[in-house]
Amino acid sequence: MPDKITTKQRLQIGRQKMPEQGSRERAVNFAEVNLGFPEQLALLEADRCLQCKDPRCIKGCPVNVNIPRFIEFLTAGQLAEAAQSLLCDNALPAVTGRVCPQETQCEAECIRGNKGMPVGIGYLERYVADWARLHKEAVPPVKAPPTGRSVVVIGSGPSGLTAAGELVRRGHAVTIYEALHKPGGVLVYGIPEFRLPKKIVEQEVRRLKEAGVKIQCNVIVGRTYTLQELQAEFDAVFIANGAGLPVFMNVPGENLKGVYSANEYLTRVNLMAAYQSEQANTPVLRARRVAVVGGGNVAMDSVRTARRLGAEQAMIVYRRTRDEMPARTEEIHHAAEEGVQFEELTAPVEVIGNDQRWVTGLKCVRMRLGAPDDSGRASPEPVPGSEFILPCDVVVVAVGTRPNPLLTATCPELRLNARGNIITDENGMTNLPGVFAGGDIVRGAATVILAMGDGKKVAGSIDHWLTREQPTL
Amino acid sequence: MHTILGKQRLSPNVTRIDVAAPRIAAIRQPGQFVIVHRTEGAERIPLTIADADPETGSITLVIQAVGKSTRELVSLDPGQGIEDIAGPLGHPTEMIDSGRAVCVGGGVGTAVVHPIAQGLSRRGVSVTSIIGGRSREWIIFEPELRQLGEVIVCTDDGSYGRKGFVTDALKEQLEAGDVKIVYAVGPVPMMRAVAKLTRPFEVRTIVSLNPVMIDGTGMCGGCRVSVGSETRFACVDGPEFDGHQVDFDELMDRLGTYREFEQRAACAPSECHLGQPTKPDTER
Ligand SMILES: Cc1cc2nc3c(=O)[nH]c(=O)nc-3n(C[C@H](O)[C@H](O)[C@H](O)COP(=O)(O)OP(=O)(O)OC[C@H]3O[C@@H](n4cnc5c(N)ncnc54)[C@H](O)[C@@H]3O)c2cc1C
Ligand SMILES: Cc1cc2nc3c(=O)[nH]c(=O)nc-3n(C[C@H](O)[C@H](O)[C@H](O)COP(=O)(O)OP(=O)(O)OC[C@H]3O[C@@H](n4cnc5c(N)ncnc54)[C@H](O)[C@@H]3O)c2cc1C
Ligand code: SF4
Ligand code: SF4
Ligand code: FES
Repeated sequence: MPDKITTKQRLQIGRQKMPEQGSRERAVNFAEVNLGFPEQLALLEADRCLQCKDPRCIKGCPVNVNIPRFIEFLTAGQLAEAAQSLLCDNALPAVTGRVCPQETQCEAECIRGNKGMPVGIGYLERYVADWARLHKEAVPPVKAPPTGRSVVVIGSGPSGLTAAGELVRRGHAVTIYEALHKPGGVLVYGIPEFRLPKKIVEQEVRRLKEAGVKIQCNVIVGRTYTLQELQAEFDAVFIANGAGLPVFMNVPGENLKGVYSANEYLTRVNLMAAYQSEQANTPVLRARRVAVVGGGNVAMDSVRTARRLGAEQAMIVYRRTRDEMPARTEEIHHAAEEGVQFEELTAPVEVIGNDQRWVTGLKCVRMRLGAPDDSGRASPEPVPGSEFILPCDVVVVAVGTRPNPLLTATCPELRLNARGNIITDENGMTNLPGVFAGGDIVRGAATVILAMGDGKKVAGSIDHWLTREQPTL
Repeated sequence: MHTILGKQRLSPNVTRIDVAAPRIAAIRQPGQFVIVHRTEGAERIPLTIADADPETGSITLVIQAVGKSTRELVSLDPGQGIEDIAGPLGHPTEMIDSGRAVCVGGGVGTAVVHPIAQGLSRRGVSVTSIIGGRSREWIIFEPELRQLGEVIVCTDDGSYGRKGFVTDALKEQLEAGDVKIVYAVGPVPMMRAVAKLTRPFEVRTIVSLNPVMIDGTGMCGGCRVSVGSETRFACVDGPEFDGHQVDFDELMDRLGTYREFEQRAACAPSECHLGQPTKPDTER
């Protein structure tokens, strides 16, 4: 290995390709698609980083991971330091390295993207994080002496887990209450095994437990305990209950047998392990033709799951074109490779069923792109008289989620916006003193890294709140 | 882990189990349910909290063994445990404070009606319970309900109480005139028949719906039912609804989504209803 390579040499290295399972093989199994870099590829890719003086990539990352620093440690073979550096900016790098939309964040800003291809930051992040998972002893948890203050975190998705980690590290006693029987939020019930192995989330959760976080599952705040009770029992509350309420299309036929929300479809397959065998206790319909409505990550995960459950025809029905799809580019690409069909510029108007009320098709209308809307994306409009029926046996609705009102409805004093999201100030505090919120419940359905960013930032505010000067009584 | 504290067979396929769940026992209200997940790999299934003892910290579940999950639960013995119990879920029953109420229970639904009757009677409401089953051995919770008021037992074969359907007995009660509200819990066809009967009498009728559920927190939408012209999630908006507004046909139909799968899942020969066109045994 050359001691020091020149910028010119760096520029000559092309972007390394992520080794992956072949598309035919993987379309029928649930094992992870991306296999991870071997050491040699990781080092080559790391050498592509120019170690910029003013690294633009950092600004592209919502939590400002110090990218050149961990990459520099990596190229120097100092993996423990690389991991330490990374973990200090990002609590779940093994997760974000896999699921962040890098192409619109860190990698979008990387200087090497100007000419050719940006540095594979996500792949390198994953490499270092996976190394750290296997070498736990090399990155011991940091811990402060107990402060005697307690915090309850509601929800164990990426936002709640991150906040919990930050807070125990500062010596506070942390309890997480989770509604489901397994911690992880969308990371365990939504994002499929072939993109984010459950084992990784389990390891992260174990690491938190070892650091002293108490996790109690099967506690539904709003039912098992009210927010008021928690306020009385703990010194601070962090609400991170996500945006888990499925939105339906509101078209006729949506209650026919064979229509699922993406949440239900993915939960049956992931959380309830219907993917592991046909004999799993929780059933899921394995259909020949599956139509998935939507164009985001959730839709891609659903359609690729359908394919793996044996669908001969797995279709995305989206009202704009592939270019406007909000899903990660890599997922769209992988889906296409796996034989997913894209019905672009198509909007469902009705679910059609037979006389036994089983789904037989989706009545759709063709769309064309009109003037750009508020978000700058071309707004689709129906082409008159273009109705047609897309034959299918299962329909999965992946057109978005909203905040679940279960908790907020039981606490009317909590201020919400018109969409039902919790309103917070710049410190992440709600209108109730000592009650903070972050992640999808505040932002609406967003991303893992934004939810984690909130968890980290708000943990700082909570720490501040807990250690503030107490007025003497 | 929640330890099974007691177990008792109530009818040929209905078993009562008492299980430790102190927090739920302390705060549950009539009409609420829990989601039970026996162990890794098992299904999450909803079961009504039939009774609770805050002193001992136990809740009572009354389970009709209809399929794999329920059969596995009733095969547990005292001392063994259930890994996950989440709750209490759903809205408490809408109660009245005075006057007369009729509670109609069919099959295992009688166990669900019991906490409602209990709640009403505590408020000073006069309660008449009408409970039904195939024959004498299928009648459950009769002594418990007798402590709360009048009980009319109906059996299909006349082997005990009156011969005939619960609706026959209910009709007489309605004709007598002073019924303020009716609660009906049982198989879907029974609830549908009760709602149809009470409609011309303009008596408010509350039914407890039993769609397939997974999370019980409003996250999956699998439990959706049509009430009035709206789609509601039974786990968070219910499980009890105005019976005059419910689309029972749709509920019945959706309950059949996994029938083929369920029939494959190890069916004990004595209880197997393979090939039956309707599901007389999906009572609750
Ligand atoms: C299928 C799918 C694929 C996705 N793919 C990507 C991707 O590739 N990249 C990306 O960046 N983002 C992706 N996202 C979005 C991302 O997962 C979310 O933005 C993120 O998980 C939000 O985190 P959170 O912690 O706010 O909430 P969540 O992950 O939703 O976690 C909330 C937790 O709170 C629990 N909870 C809810 N109510 C209560 C209550 N009352 N009491 C106790 N607990 C409660 C829930 O059970 C859940 O575990 C995807 C989302 C889905 C659904
Ligand atoms: C809010 C609520 C409260 C309930 N309370 C009770 C209770 O107190 N005691 C009790 O015994 N049961 C109750 N049930 C019904 C119980 O949850 C189901 O019987 C159980 O999920 C069936 O699981 P299984 O694997 O044993 O049977 P499966 O193999 O899943 O099903 C066997 C048969 O039961 C039918 N079935 C499936 N799911 C349901 C369902 N949710 N309701 C009715 N029939 C169903 C199927 O169509 C099939 O014919 C309740 C349901 C709900 C929604
Ligand atoms: S956390 Fe996400 S956006 Fe930030 S550096 Fe890592 S992959 Fe890029
Ligand atoms: S912008 Fe690109 S090349 Fe520059 S430091 Fe960041 S990753 Fe390296
Ligand atoms: S059970 Fe999932 S929303 Fe009701």
